[in-house]
Amino acid sequence: MLSDRDRIFTNLYGFEGADLESARRRGNWDGTKKLLDLGPEAIVDIMKKSGLRGRGGAGFPTGLKWSFMPKQVDPARPHYLVINADESEPGTCKDRDILRNDPHTLVEGALVASFAMRAHVAYIYVRGEFIREREALQRAVDEAYAARLIGKDNVHGWPFDLYVHHGAGAYICGEETALLESLEGKKGQPRLKPPFPANMGLYGCPTTVNNVESIAVAPTILRRGAEWFAGIGRPNNTGTKVFCISGHVNKPCNVEEAMGIPLKELIEKHAGGVRGGWDNLLAVIPGGASVPLIPKSVCDDILMDFDSLKAAQTGLGTAAVIVMDKSTDIVKAIQRLSYFYKHESCGQCTPCREGTGWMWRVMTRLQQGRAAVDEIDLLQEVTKQVEGHTICALGDAAAWPIQGLIRHFRPELERRIREYGALKAAE
Amino acid sequence: MPRKLIIDGKEIEAEDNLTLLQACEQAGAEIPRFCYHERLSVAGNCRMCLVEWVGAPKPQASCSLQVKDIFPNKDGTPARINTDSPVVRKAREGVMEFLLINHPLDCPICDQGGECDLQDQAMGYGRAAFHRFHENKRAVEDKYMGPLIKTQMTRCIQCTRCVRFATEIAGVPDLGATGRGEDMEITTYLEKAFSSELSGNVVDLCPVGALTSKPYSYTSRPWELKHTESIDIMDAQGCNIRVDTRGRAVMRILPRLNDDINEEWLHDKGRHIWDGLGRQRLDRPYVRKNGKLVPASWSDAFAVIAARVKATTPDRMAAIVGDLAAAEEIKALKDLMTRLGVPHLDCRQDGAKIGGGPRPAYLFNTTITGVEAADALLLIGCNPRWEAPVLNARIRKAWLNGPLKIASVGAPVDLTYPAEQLGTGVDVLNALADGSHPFAEVLRNAKRPMLILGGGALARPDGAVILHHAARIARETGIIGPAGTPAEGGWIGFNVLHTAASRVAALDLGFLPAPASEESPGGRDVAGIVEGAQKGEINFIYLLGADELPLENMGRPFVVYQGSHGDTGANYADVILPGAAFTEKDGLYANFEGRVQEAQRAVFPPGEAREDWAILRALSDVLGQKLPYDTLADLRRALVADLPQYGRLGQVPVWEGADPAVWNALGTDGVFTADVPMGQAIADYYLTNPIARASKVMADCSRELLHSDENKQAAE
Repeated sequence: MLSDRDRIFTNLYGFEGADLESARRRGNWDGTKKLLDLGPEAIVDIMKKSGLRGRGGAGFPTGLKWSFMPKQVDPARPHYLVINADESEPGTCKDRDILRNDPHTLVEGALVASFAMRAHVAYIYVRGEFIREREALQRAVDEAYAARLIGKDNVHGWPFDLYVHHGAGAYICGEETALLESLEGKKGQPRLKPPFPANMGLYGCPTTVNNVESIAVAPTILRRGAEWFAGIGRPNNTGTKVFCISGHVNKPCNVEEAMGIPLKELIEKHAGGVRGGWDNLLAVIPGGASVPLIPKSVCDDILMDFDSLKAAQTGLGTAAVIVMDKSTDIVKAIQRLSYFYKHESCGQCTPCREGTGWMWRVMTRLQQGRAAVDEIDLLQEVTKQVEGHTICALGDAAAWPIQGLIRHFRPELERRIREYGALKAAE
Repeated sequence: MPRKLIIDGKEIEAEDNLTLLQACEQAGAEIPRFCYHERLSVAGNCRMCLVEWVGAPKPQASCSLQVKDIFPNKDGTPARINTDSPVVRKAREGVMEFLLINHPLDCPICDQGGECDLQDQAMGYGRAAFHRFHENKRAVEDKYMGPLIKTQMTRCIQCTRCVRFATEIAGVPDLGATGRGEDMEITTYLEKAFSSELSGNVVDLCPVGALTSKPYSYTSRPWELKHTESIDIMDAQGCNIRVDTRGRAVMRILPRLNDDINEEWLHDKGRHIWDGLGRQRLDRPYVRKNGKLVPASWSDAFAVIAARVKATTPDRMAAIVGDLAAAEEIKALKDLMTRLGVPHLDCRQDGAKIGGGPRPAYLFNTTITGVEAADALLLIGCNPRWEAPVLNARIRKAWLNGPLKIASVGAPVDLTYPAEQLGTGVDVLNALADGSHPFAEVLRNAKRPMLILGGGALARPDGAVILHHAARIARETGIIGPAGTPAEGGWIGFNVLHTAASRVAALDLGFLPAPASEESPGGRDVAGIVEGAQKGEINFIYLLGADELPLENMGRPFVVYQGSHGDTGANYADVILPGAAFTEKDGLYANFEGRVQEAQRAVFPPGEAREDWAILRALSDVLGQKLPYDTLADLRRALVADLPQYGRLGQVPVWEGADPAVWNALGTDGVFTADVPMGQAIADYYLTNPIARASKVMADCSRELLHSDENKQAAE
């Protein structure tokens, strides 16, 4: 279990104020100038050594991503940092608490990261529904401006402007290139890659898009050193991570924990255990709605990090642990996720536009058992036809939960079909 | 830098600015596609062009992947691309299935049937063996897009070609997609018409039957049609077209590919006037008896004309060439009138003060492709959006791709690209010529400046003065550069934009008033002829398809009207000789660049109507001035003997360099009629000639697209 002195987000629960003075008391903005004095290369190097992997879901090494930005700035093409606070993944609410209660970690991180990537402007794209969070963040930004911590002429000597932008509530705008489109004032639809944002991003300029948590942890990593961060967790899955535990647990919560913590320990220590005891557990979606679920048998000894979960054919994603006990209609649960993806598909490319609707409709029938057994195979094949054929990862995200359901709960699906058939026959 | 790729086992070198799709085509592999189109931006959304890059985790959309982004294998061997492997087939079959699950499959009642990309590619990638979509299909409400585009949006596969065309090529962002996911719909947002002169092209672009041609709907199937290659004469650009006919009727007109002229676009007037070819036709000769036109035989009609010619003298006769005449009949009429000794000839119905000088003085010298090299453009009394919509798209393309600065002297109109408005006062030309105007500086600093003189300037009473000043601006600002094509480093930016398809040929043939000499005062121009007719000094007028004249002001001369449509000219005619429309005869047309092209006969003229040169040849016999050609080939030989460029079809004259004396002598140095603002050459884009005015579709367009506000007010 993570000791309190290793926590980065020391005000995650809002027990103290989110204002600048309170943040300073907690150690934010402490010696930021010294961090910048390390120089961009050294900062990127520390981030690489820390082993921090992106906290937005894909787990791409953050330091490596930063190093993709051009080393020389073309005056005609300024660099941009864009921070993705469009936290819309069902089950995920970690960034929300950071924005609410610890916004200065993010503002400071934005400055440091922008400096490392030679950007003078950063944008924070906040989810449309996050109204209070945006206000809290804007307050923190205003405070930082007023204290000349950021701004054109700030005490750190790196001219830096930070803008908070409000989204309009589309899930797809959390996809990094759709976010850029939306930020540019266009319809939020993912772009084709390549070119990648580090080459052609916001307004066609080199851009890095990072998750809130990835940026917010950066100053602490730099202050305490790569070795400290790398010493937490397991190799290739280092550091601390905010887990969001929701669903059928006694005390749903957000908690910062070490990577690689066993799932059982996470739930029992921090969330007060599964409702009705561990044996009442049916399944867990370990990383937000997009990843395949794992049944209790897997949950018993799985570790919560990128590689362990990948080995179990699921993923850490955003570390949003959705716990479902045996009272759950698991098919209905996944069907609801299918509806979500059908509703949030941008409609740009064919497999996702047509496939998500098809999958949702078949799932709806399967939920009632109003289907033939071979339609389970059909559904599996449709998910395979969507997966990997789309412009962005939303197609994959729509396919995976269904694949997980079929993988682990096929008997349940067949049972429903049988019972529905028997019922109809009796009529 | 070329890069090596192994495509389907075949090693090729592809330029790294190509897309993988183009590289695959270079290797001879056929890649199916719906959203990809060479002339539009890459959307990458249909996912039909997926190919396998051996080693990559998932199939790649070849339309959006550039060759430069394909790195070689770790061992240095070229990357291997498969376009027909099991992985690719499976991926494409999957995409095809997704496209078809919500497509209505109503091919038997769909106008696109037989020329539908979805239908064709379903033959290759459809899973015909089974059908496994058991849900309800999506239905989408049809949208209103104007009088030309019929929509059946349930068929739409959301490829967004139409949206990209509207935004990028047409420059009219009227189309867009609303809604998300499977609810995404292509729409004009507010149920308004797609108000572009190029709107018909979205019908060609649509890979399915979602957007089809409204006027053509349910009239024929593509396999019933005979195709004839021809030239559009609705404006002077000479867009290459294909005339599709069934039996004796023209069923539709489509653009042909010609990168030098129209790329693959066609403007709405050129595409949709075909219903006008069948209406208001003059299909037999008429002679006016007791104030009424009565049907007559050819010999009677000729006899009446011969009697009139005998009764008058050549200096009281005149001939005017209309806007749609082909070079052959212009030559025949010119030869006939010259033999009769008639001095009053003119081809400039609009009164443009142009012609008589060397060829570059009245041509669009920069050429259409040359526009793309220009970096500054001055429009003088010119609205290219109406006068030559396809050229306007080219100007827009140049503006999009390069640093092209545009300014316009004339009425402010939306050209689909920003143009600095220099006002409607002609005085500004003086300031531009003497360099005191800021835009003169822009022209001077430009590497390849150009100017376009439009009908709005040249047709003014002071058109010759404007021409003179335009030549002055050209001399002063480097618009007239060294000889050669832009590729060779040559440059000529002096351009006249004609709107009449016949104009350049008529000017080439010198169908102009006879010059003054010691023996005679010279010929009259159109205005002079009208005035002379009013005063009774002209009492015989031969109109070759000329309808854009103030005939009501002419008094009562004897009028012979030779043409295809019963329009203004026929109303005032004493004898009507029924001619052939452009689809009914082989004819040569020189476009505004001076490029000569052949329009071929697609159908025969109706009734007793005849090809125009043959009518003139027959008439010349009756008048005792037999023209020396018995066949069209003879006539063309005579034409080429006079004008060798008419033997070099499709070629554009190469700029031969400037003779200062020629440019100094252009126009007349005089005073502007400064109080008259610069007007427009065209009052109504859709109704500029007899064929268009006979077309119901064009009338609908004019009413709905140009006068919808007036209609609404009237309704209220």
